[in-house]
Amino acid sequence: MVSNLFVKDRVAIVGAGITTFMRRALETPRELAWEAARQALDQAGLTLRDIDCVVIGSAPDTFDGVHMKGEYLADGSGALNKPMTRVYVGGGTGVFVPVSAWWHAASGLCRTVLAVAEEKMSPAHPHPQYVFRYIWDPIIHRPLEPNLIWIFAMEMRRYMAKCGAKKEDIALVSVKNKRNALDNPAAQVAANITVDDVLKSELLVWPVNELDISPVTDGAAALVITNENTARQVTDSPVWIDGIGFTLDNQHWENRELAFPRYLNYAARMAYRMAGIERPWKEIDVAEPYDPFDYKELHHIEGLMLARPCEAWKLLKEGYFERDGELPTSPSGGLLGVGNPIAAAGLMKVAELFWQLRYEAGKRQVKKPVHKAVANAWGDLMQAGTVIVLSN
Amino acid sequence: MGNGRVAVIGVGFYGFRPSTPEVSFQGMMFESSHRAYAEADVDPRKDIDVFVDCQEDMWEGIAITDEFAPEPIGGALRPTFTVSGDGLLGVAHAYMLIRSGLANVVAVESHGKPSEIKTLQDIYYFAMDPLHIRPLSTGNPFFIAGLDAQAYMSRTGARREHLAMVAVKNRNNGLRNDRAPYSSRISLDEVLSSPYAVYPMTRYEMAGFSDASVTVVLASEDVAKKFTDKVVWLDGVGYSTEVGSGSIEWHQWGRMPSMRNAALMAYKLAGLSDPQKDVSFAEVEDRFSFMELLSAEELMLSPEGEAHKMLEAGEFDFDGRLPLNPSGGSLAMGVSLEATGLARFLEAVLQLRGEAGAHQLKEARRAVVASWRGVPTYTSAVAVLSSDVEG
Amino acid sequence: MSAKEGARLPGTKLSAKEMYSLLGLVESSPQAKYEFSAGPTISRFLQGLKEGKILGRRCPRCGRIYVPPRDYCEYCHVALTDWVEVPDTGTVQTAVVSYISVRRERLEKPEVVGVIKLDVPGYKEGSYEFAGLFHRLCIDPEEAKKDSTIGMKVKARWKPAEQRTGSILDIECFEPVR
Repeated sequence: MVSNLFVKDRVAIVGAGITTFMRRALETPRELAWEAARQALDQAGLTLRDIDCVVIGSAPDTFDGVHMKGEYLADGSGALNKPMTRVYVGGGTGVFVPVSAWWHAASGLCRTVLAVAEEKMSPAHPHPQYVFRYIWDPIIHRPLEPNLIWIFAMEMRRYMAKCGAKKEDIALVSVKNKRNALDNPAAQVAANITVDDVLKSELLVWPVNELDISPVTDGAAALVITNENTARQVTDSPVWIDGIGFTLDNQHWENRELAFPRYLNYAARMAYRMAGIERPWKEIDVAEPYDPFDYKELHHIEGLMLARPCEAWKLLKEGYFERDGELPTSPSGGLLGVGNPIAAAGLMKVAELFWQLRYEAGKRQVKKPVHKAVANAWGDLMQAGTVIVLSN
Repeated sequence: MGNGRVAVIGVGFYGFRPSTPEVSFQGMMFESSHRAYAEADVDPRKDIDVFVDCQEDMWEGIAITDEFAPEPIGGALRPTFTVSGDGLLGVAHAYMLIRSGLANVVAVESHGKPSEIKTLQDIYYFAMDPLHIRPLSTGNPFFIAGLDAQAYMSRTGARREHLAMVAVKNRNNGLRNDRAPYSSRISLDEVLSSPYAVYPMTRYEMAGFSDASVTVVLASEDVAKKFTDKVVWLDGVGYSTEVGSGSIEWHQWGRMPSMRNAALMAYKLAGLSDPQKDVSFAEVEDRFSFMELLSAEELMLSPEGEAHKMLEAGEFDFDGRLPLNPSGGSLAMGVSLEATGLARFLEAVLQLRGEAGAHQLKEARRAVVASWRGVPTYTSAVAVLSSDVEG
Repeated sequence: MSAKEGARLPGTKLSAKEMYSLLGLVESSPQAKYEFSAGPTISRFLQGLKEGKILGRRCPRCGRIYVPPRDYCEYCHVALTDWVEVPDTGTVQTAVVSYISVRRERLEKPEVVGVIKLDVPGYKEGSYEFAGLFHRLCIDPEEAKKDSTIGMKVKARWKPAEQRTGSILDIECFEPVR
């Protein structure tokens, strides 16, 4: 990988938009994509005429029930008669969309890029769980009839065993994020709950209870990303993309130590190096670690080097990651509180950091002054790490 | 911009056969990437900065097929990602990655194993809009191509004989190409006298399917020279989407604006001002016979609406003034799903290096490569390649 | 949204009842059928299971032994050549208790599954990668939740030879070594 020294053109985010996150949306996937894209354009004060290229992100095709989903979403995403591609790294896709938009702009091929992520999980009948039957190795795993939650439960258990964390320590993430989500107008499952509520919710795959998991969601999110010149013309407060990183580990999760997310750590190091960040635990002011499961936020805080391995759960207990804490994480409410329309959820996290860095997050604005922020998403069979570092 | 020109320093493939039961799709990916890396003399674990894989869930039968991307191509625990699209779109990403200065060496792999899809027709249907089109139950999903063929013919005055001539030319061209299982010494009469598959086309005018994996290695100019002298330049790329698969009613029937837009973008980057004069040959979209003629027109390799006249005059023949698909195209090599664009790309690179064997052209200095993702999409991609070697 | 107070975001929520009573709700089930080629490596692995053996493959360059076996070494990107039979014993790396089925229905009898790190030489203690299998564990569900389960010694319980078909299911489960 070439060092950032040679990358001369800075790239900025100048607008963001999201739809309501909800269990069942009346709107079609194309309409959801359009609603998010329109808002992002409105915030940037631009129209589709100003957009040179479009990057679309969406996770498995089977959720929306359409093969070649990027093509299907093209019109809703404002891509007509424009260069459009759909990038795909499973659950990591949401953050990967702006990562990929970065090189669209930095290469000089596109001045202004619309980055759109959409997911509509409700068409899968009777339950989106069915779709996850098809993510496994077809020959040596599918015969065991695995449920999606199995692998995450296995990873959570390994983290607990290695790090000495208890279920109640981990449940605090769910409590924090659902509470943070109370201030988010997009939120699907915001609530004031207790650790006890999590522990008493339906036991699915021990150690995972229902409230440890983010819900099934429909929704979309979008960003407008431009080169430096254009950014300075359209706004006084661009948010810079200082670093990007991505890594994909092998598919054989049963051959790996699951307690520490190396896939993310490598991606984070790439992004920090590009951003010139040497001590992320000191330099990052606010973070949106990917939290489809509560333990995953802790896991990712450690992978992002915002805490030492096995120490995130201890810091969490001390209030370190609260909105008024030392290093607020998931001030948006995260996937656990706002909802999890897979790719759109990852992009929502980047949108939240955009608003935080512009001091536009209203009640969700973190207490401390913010300069640098990091978000990540994760996907596949504990494989994909995607990271973006932003600054104002 | 970080880096200067972009070079192709290695290509590798496996397959181009109607079925490949002897390997898993991962085995196929490993074989093609291994060959490309050997040819480029790169160690994928050290020298390649980014790996791009082009595939689509329902073609693979795996819901998050991206999971299986990194390992076979040497990209495990490295920057690897998937593009849900044709391999040429992956090449476009590689081009941008190199031009942005982020990467010096990028590998792009794409594969298709249609022989393992037992319900291919239904999978095509699953790409259609669930509300507007699927309920119509129209039988063969390629009816959309039939609509375009009809509109194309009525606009340009091309007759069905012209469409059949494309099939005759390409299936015969393929006879000189080892990678062309559907080549055949077929005559115009045989094509015209066989029954329609999708009006106005017979089965000879619709490409079959073949299993294949293709890997290409791209590098920035400075770095390319460290690895190899056998450089082919990627002078420009372009891609575009006209309408969504949910809004094909808006498509300009009988035209392919996505290919025109992609060509304009690629030509601009390549500084190619007079494609009819400056291109020595082209490997273009021909999964349906009329598409080759329509592509020639949208790529500005023929005057508006006159591709069929150039075909009739023999200009697109193997020994013509501007050979189209000297490899035999998809009509002879088969459609390898998302690897189809890279198959065209592979053939062009071999020609430009003078390594195309029995189907080597005499004059091969600058090539245009074009692909379309097939029904029901309206996305196309174009690449312009050139060689410094005197052809 | 710029997250202004009281911002109303686009999108219309439906209840399940509302959704199913929508005019024009279209049902569509993909007829998606595939036949996957296992390839030479997994085919031989399955053949080994039929014979009651767990087979791994060694990388000629770095010496790693892969279980499940691969066609190639993902760390060296070279083709793998040698086959080795590995022990059918190992330790539990992680274990969970599933109360729901693959279709998210409640299971009458919970199921224990986990990752077994096999006793394959060549991997350092505590190394990031190891040879191992994902499989069922024949452990009492309550027992499985105890801390002592992680690191427990286990051994494959094979189906009787005549019932084996060349499938991962030829191993019924991994059970504690008593």
